[in-house]
Amino acid sequence: MTYEIIIGGKTHRVELARGESGWQCRLDGEEIAVDAVVTRPDVMSLIIGGTAYEVKREVAHTGDTHFWVKNSRFAAEVRDPRSLRSRKAAAGAGEGPQKMTAPMPGKVVRVLLPAGSEVEAGQGVLVVEAMKMQNELKAAKKGVVKQVLTSEGAAVNAGDVLAIVE
Amino acid sequence: MFKKILIANRGEIAVRVMRACREMGIRSVAVFSDVDRASLHVRKADEAYHIGAAQASESYLNIEKILEVARRSGAEAIHPGYGFLSENARFAAACEKAGVKFIGPAAAAMEIMGSKTRARQAMQQARVPMVPGSSRGLEFDEMRKLAGEIGYPVMLKAAAGGGGKGMRRVHAEAELRSAYDAARSESKRAFGDDEVYLEKFIENPRHVEMQVLADEHGNTVYLGERECSVQRRHQKVLEESPSPIVNAEMRARMGEVAVRVAQAAGYTNAGTVEFLVDRQRNFYFLEMNTRLQVEHPVTELVTGLDLVHLQIRIASGEKLPFRQADIRLRGHAIECRIYAEDPDNNFFPSPGKITLLIAPSGPGIRRDSGMYEGWTVPIDYDPLLAKLIGYGSDREEAIARLERSLYEYFVGGIKTNLNLFRRILADDDFRAGRLDTGFLDRLLSAPEPPPERAEERERVAAIAAALFAAGAPAASPNGKPANGVGAVSRWKQTGRKELLRET
Repeated sequence: MTYEIIIGGKTHRVELARGESGWQCRLDGEEIAVDAVVTRPDVMSLIIGGTAYEVKREVAHTGDTHFWVKNSRFAAEVRDPRSLRSRKAAAGAGEGPQKMTAPMPGKVVRVLLPAGSEVEAGQGVLVVEAMKMQNELKAAKKGVVKQVLTSEGAAVNAGDVLAIVE
Repeated sequence: MFKKILIANRGEIAVRVMRACREMGIRSVAVFSDVDRASLHVRKADEAYHIGAAQASESYLNIEKILEVARRSGAEAIHPGYGFLSENARFAAACEKAGVKFIGPAAAAMEIMGSKTRARQAMQQARVPMVPGSSRGLEFDEMRKLAGEIGYPVMLKAAAGGGGKGMRRVHAEAELRSAYDAARSESKRAFGDDEVYLEKFIENPRHVEMQVLADEHGNTVYLGERECSVQRRHQKVLEESPSPIVNAEMRARMGEVAVRVAQAAGYTNAGTVEFLVDRQRNFYFLEMNTRLQVEHPVTELVTGLDLVHLQIRIASGEKLPFRQADIRLRGHAIECRIYAEDPDNNFFPSPGKITLLIAPSGPGIRRDSGMYEGWTVPIDYDPLLAKLIGYGSDREEAIARLERSLYEYFVGGIKTNLNLFRRILADDDFRAGRLDTGFLDRLLSAPEPPPERAEERERVAAIAAALFAAGAPAASPNGKPANGVGAVSRWKQTGRKELLRET
């Protein structure tokens, strides 16, 4: 099995094969013996060259997957080069409509730009309030607010699509 | 002694009080709002009653609804925790009228401390050292004259104030007029009162507070100080006891003043007298908090006393079971307030579902928590999730234990400020005890130290990410790997080997 792991813009190529006692792993061409066991969902104990690591996996509300090694957090994108879906995802990044999702559960306090408005990259479209603090959701790119799928005063959950910019 | 107590609060403090009730053989009654049905305090209580909508005014701040539950459940006393109704004199008076004991001071003592100018007047009479300034609201001309006498910079404060509202720092007379008008209108809007008074501004003070305890028979003692200088936007983040700058002689002087403050107000039950301390170690009365403080556990650890037990005993009419001379401080305790907030994004609140929770334990670690794995942190209330308290025979040991427990602590799914404490505890000024209220802002404005062994950890993260994707099998109850996607005999063998090696 071969995976491409993208961390901070850098792509690591990880080849995995089952070895005598654990995994035989090739990381960016370098051979590494890894003893791994998932001790509970999302927690993996690794032993690499005698050094023990505990890695926690976390799916953030933004949909990003984080891997924690000690107190360091790494947002990683995992691609299986054989899988059609990841090839498509890789090709499609930055193109097409942008879905603006609620980063946390909260309440929509203001819709700054109604559907049909032109929007600059970085311009606020909606304001969501949680725990008495207000957070402006900004467009990632220049375009037009195609749809606003919520209204002022509405309660929203993390991940809800609130607006579409195209 | 009471048989049943209602806890008019939520989160970690409600759990804390319920634990004391259970230890004392008292039944506990929880109240909860629409969004707190699944909260931990409801699970820990003996009885629980729904009181209304998420909005605090409909639930945790609603005096009528809470007293109605007290009546229905037959609770004889109410513990208010901190925040919400805890410093509301009207609530204390309503409890008394309803024949329910309020676990805290009498309404009259709360009223004196509720107005900053009234408190200053009472303290002046009790010869309590205060920051130079006025003890009543001032007209502009009076204020200009007084500011000239005590010297700039000065601080304008709202008499009814709190939380930094209606406060203005003024560096020179030219700025006084606009600051005066702004403070008055802000105070009017926030508190419905435009009384504004004046204090000398003390540059980067320390914030040190003294815990007091008074029974209803005239006995008042102090239980040592807490250093609370590590703050962000007037919000405490980390507290410790004892303070690195307070020695036995200063503690005795400060403690005696705190006792005088409490007695001047006719204070009963647990309370905290806050002081500002300048660079010459002069201390000035700031205000009195008429409730149990968030940071009470550090005092509990160094005194060996349980403040909630004592609050309940005092409220039931018992005398203090010790005298001042019996109080001994031993060791050092430090508390970290774990908030659901994102330090990488301007400390923006981060409510949501806790998908993974790994809690620390071991020597010298106490954790007062209101969260659990699978719980969704609601958006409606204060973001305090838990308190992590480290105890050691001295400050170094307490720090080392906290650092070790932070290494164990993991909260997944939401952002927390756990990493901030790693930074604070490793800071040279913090370790040397060089603290003042500007400490945390200075730390946060400095560039973040580069992550340790970043390259090695990134490689481990990449390997783990691939293994998770490949469906590395989970450990199962019998030690054999279970339901690994595509896992075959190798994993079984490894599992068996591991098991054999262990036994």
